[in-house]
Amino acid sequence: MKQKEKQLITIKGTKEGLIFYIDDTSSFRDAYDELEHVLSTTSSKEDSEDKVVSVILKFGYRYVTDVQKTTIRELIEKDKRFIVERFDSEVISKKQAKNWFDQSEVKAICRIVRSGQVLEVIGDLLLIGDVNPGGQVRATGNIFIMGNLHGIAHAGKDGNEEAIIAASYMNPSQLRIATFISRAPDYESKGVYMECGYLDKENNKIAIDRLQVLPYVRKELRGLERRIHNG
Amino acid sequence: MGEAIVITSGKGGVGKTTTTANLGTALALMDKKVCLIDTDIGLRNLDVIMGLENRIIYDIVDVIDGRCKLSQALIQDKRFSDLFLLPAAQTSDKSAVSKEGMLEIVSELKQDYDYIIIDCPAGIEQGFQNAIAGADAAIVVTTPEKSSVRDADRIIGLIEQEDMERPRLIINRIRNHMMKDGDMLHIDDIVQILSIDLLGIVSDSDDVIKASNNGEPVALKSNNKASIAYRNIARRILGETVPLQSLEDSKGMFHRMKSFFGIRS
Repeated sequence: MKQKEKQLITIKGTKEGLIFYIDDTSSFRDAYDELEHVLSTTSSKEDSEDKVVSVILKFGYRYVTDVQKTTIRELIEKDKRFIVERFDSEVISKKQAKNWFDQSEVKAICRIVRSGQVLEVIGDLLLIGDVNPGGQVRATGNIFIMGNLHGIAHAGKDGNEEAIIAASYMNPSQLRIATFISRAPDYESKGVYMECGYLDKENNKIAIDRLQVLPYVRKELRGLERRIHNG
Repeated sequence: MGEAIVITSGKGGVGKTTTTANLGTALALMDKKVCLIDTDIGLRNLDVIMGLENRIIYDIVDVIDGRCKLSQALIQDKRFSDLFLLPAAQTSDKSAVSKEGMLEIVSELKQDYDYIIIDCPAGIEQGFQNAIAGADAAIVVTTPEKSSVRDADRIIGLIEQEDMERPRLIINRIRNHMMKDGDMLHIDDIVQILSIDLLGIVSDSDDVIKASNNGEPVALKSNNKASIAYRNIARRILGETVPLQSLEDSKGMFHRMKSFFGIRS
């Protein structure tokens, strides 16, 4: 076999499993071939062991497409000795980056959402204005309303149960968080100032409380670094 | 160059047509040249309220289809020489009028008149779209009822998407005793929800119905509360600053005597 000048695959063992460092300057084809070679040479030694070893693949500054990921996964998991835990790459596509940015950004919008209108955003919504009866706001993240909430607010509409809804004046017809819905009582209610709605996991329903309890029920909202966690 | 104002509400029966007739009359009283357009095709009412029903020869659909000239279809009012009405058709339906046709008529009328007041049909379909097509400004009429305020909100949302001035609000049919007891929405609550400028308030009055039935707009009466309200609104449209009317009924002589002597009624 031809001896390569530089080793393209480095394997490190940790407590959790193996880490494959794949050189990011070579072509994908070369790296793939070497990976195939490495796997075939190790197979003879370890085939007595039944245990499946988990593998983390680190690609460095190489961008790996989904198709490439699948071929690599197939190659590694072929003999049922390894299982790919995750792929790690220092680079992401522009599309992913845009999506990440959208998800973590607070969209500040200044308008009144009137009856029959729907305002939908990706990420967090900061509405400066009212949501009138019959109006609806939806966000994949949290909803903050500087104004009166009379209509419907749906936070975490793609299933984020951690999302919250906060409003200066809260008298909604419905609050929705992920797949949970709570509605206003049938009797005429006055509404409350400076309150928030969040999902109470113990009782499995939406709780409404003063804004001041938010830092305790949603610790990740406390600091700036939550943006990174969200991604 | 005149201004075209559409009177709309979303909900039916809140007094769009009555408001159109009275504002037109009130503006004519102030020596303005006014043309009223009824766009409620198939359910025309404005001519009845103005008392001009039996003078109709041509209507708006005839003008759009080119069966007559615009000037032939305009009907001059019985009382004012500067007040005209372009009636709606009774036989066709709302689809007989197009946005372009409306726009053409309104821009032609704007050359000759100070104010063109367009009476909009109820609903948010084609008829509404036609009515607002040529308008520069909108006045939204609502009553102190939840359903009517909800529809007004919807309409304001639709108007805001158009290239138009911010709509202004008229609250119609106010019953003072009910509003005081909290059985009706309060003016402040309505204005807070709709968050547009309040152009005027009109209290509910039997005289309005009586006047409509007689084909004499109530704005012609000198001392009626609703009449004063409409004339105040007309003055505000002209740019004057007029304070909102007090809703309190004027108390009788006996009552004033009692309060003078400190006797509570």
